[in-house]
Amino acid sequence: MGNDTIYAVARVRSKELSLLTRQDIDQLLSCKTYDECLRILHDKGWGTGGEETSAEALLSAEEEKTWAFIREITEDLSPFRVLLIPTDYNNLKAAVKCVVTDTEPHNVFLPGGTVDPEIMMRCVRENDFSPLPPSMAEAADNAYHTLLHTGDGQLCDVILDRACLSEVQSAGKEAGHELLSQYAELLVAISDIKVAMRACRTGKNREFLDSALAPCTTLDMVELAAAACKAPEDVFAYLSSTPYSHAAEEMKISYSAFEKWCDDQVIELIRDQKSNPFTIGPLFAYVLARRNEISSVRIILSGKLNHLDADMIRERMREMYV
Amino acid sequence: MDINSFGIVFALTGAILASLMGGIGSAIGVSMTGRAAAGVLTDNPSLFGKVLILQLLPGTQGIYGLLIGFITLTQIGILGGSSDISAAKGLLYLAACLPMAVVGWISAFQQAKASVASIALVAKKPDQFGKAMILPAMVETYAVLALLISLLSVASIGGLNL
Repeated sequence: MGNDTIYAVARVRSKELSLLTRQDIDQLLSCKTYDECLRILHDKGWGTGGEETSAEALLSAEEEKTWAFIREITEDLSPFRVLLIPTDYNNLKAAVKCVVTDTEPHNVFLPGGTVDPEIMMRCVRENDFSPLPPSMAEAADNAYHTLLHTGDGQLCDVILDRACLSEVQSAGKEAGHELLSQYAELLVAISDIKVAMRACRTGKNREFLDSALAPCTTLDMVELAAAACKAPEDVFAYLSSTPYSHAAEEMKISYSAFEKWCDDQVIELIRDQKSNPFTIGPLFAYVLARRNEISSVRIILSGKLNHLDADMIRERMREMYV
Repeated sequence: MDINSFGIVFALTGAILASLMGGIGSAIGVSMTGRAAAGVLTDNPSLFGKVLILQLLPGTQGIYGLLIGFITLTQIGILGGSSDISAAKGLLYLAACLPMAVVGWISAFQQAKASVASIALVAKKPDQFGKAMILPAMVETYAVLALLISLLSVASIGGLNL
């Protein structure tokens, strides 16, 4: 794939010039109002010609633009499945719940997945999951019948979340690129840590943890589940002996500090791609960098909308790729 | 059959290899840099002059190969004169052409990689064009050294009493 991506990587290098820098973030933070932030973002080319007045519309437009660009420069989107699978499973969750609760799906589907949400809705309605990819079909069937018989939405989420993470893990390995497999591993590990901590704080039992935690190579699920059945301190103690020792430190500070650490880990993972002129790595890094800046802008806009102090918003700011 | 009748075959093989391998290396190299240049120009056409120079850098090995091939053809009488050379001389011409052939091919490919990286650098920092050009140009050193050795060898073999 190395030589095939030369053109695409060169396009990405040019596009990287328009990524938000730390100075741009500081400028947004120093804005007095939400509207001023939106104006600056429109001036920087965000959105589609200044038509968006809400943050979500603006950020969705930017996400759309990112994928439109990726589709333009590469014909093969299969390595990007690692990033698209969570969108698919999110839509699948919405489809299952809409059908079971007999409600119309209004604004519940995320754009950009690999499977059309309409197909998902039809599959669930007709109880025929064969049009879905095999792994997704099995999970959807299981989640749908579980929700139908137990009415337990959380159990339904657990089934689909675990299936999602397992598929992300396999997609990362199948992509044949170290960065993608490392990203998939990081995503699964972070999700497991979040699940373990949440389960620990809400007093979930071992059976729940065993069904919710997705296997990954950098964490021992048996030890993590055992620690999560005891107390948060036991989870921190276990994590301190893994590559995620900093996660425990951040979690002790606050959950938002941990979330920031998670996003910063992704940026650290992709940082080397700035000097890589070949392979799909820089394309993948660009998508993640865009997601990161969209996430940062979302935090700023939300903070401005709620009249939060600039310093308080600054604490939550993610590392930038450029 | 007299082994000496193969002298011209060995010598011509050398000339062809020098042109062929240098040319293939350069074609691959210029193709790689061309794709990178096209990627940059899609978003910033004003960089054409700068990326064109970087694109052409791996093209020189093909020219060096042509030069060695041409001089060899002249020396061995293919382009006129006597082509009656011994097997030993033929093998010497073949050996003399090999530095340009092998180094030309490899250096063109490697220089292309450096040029692609430099094109990415120019895309992000056009003012750093000078530095960006020097980096892949360093690879050229080894193609020039191989050219010199092949050139001196090919030019001197004719005077040997073999």
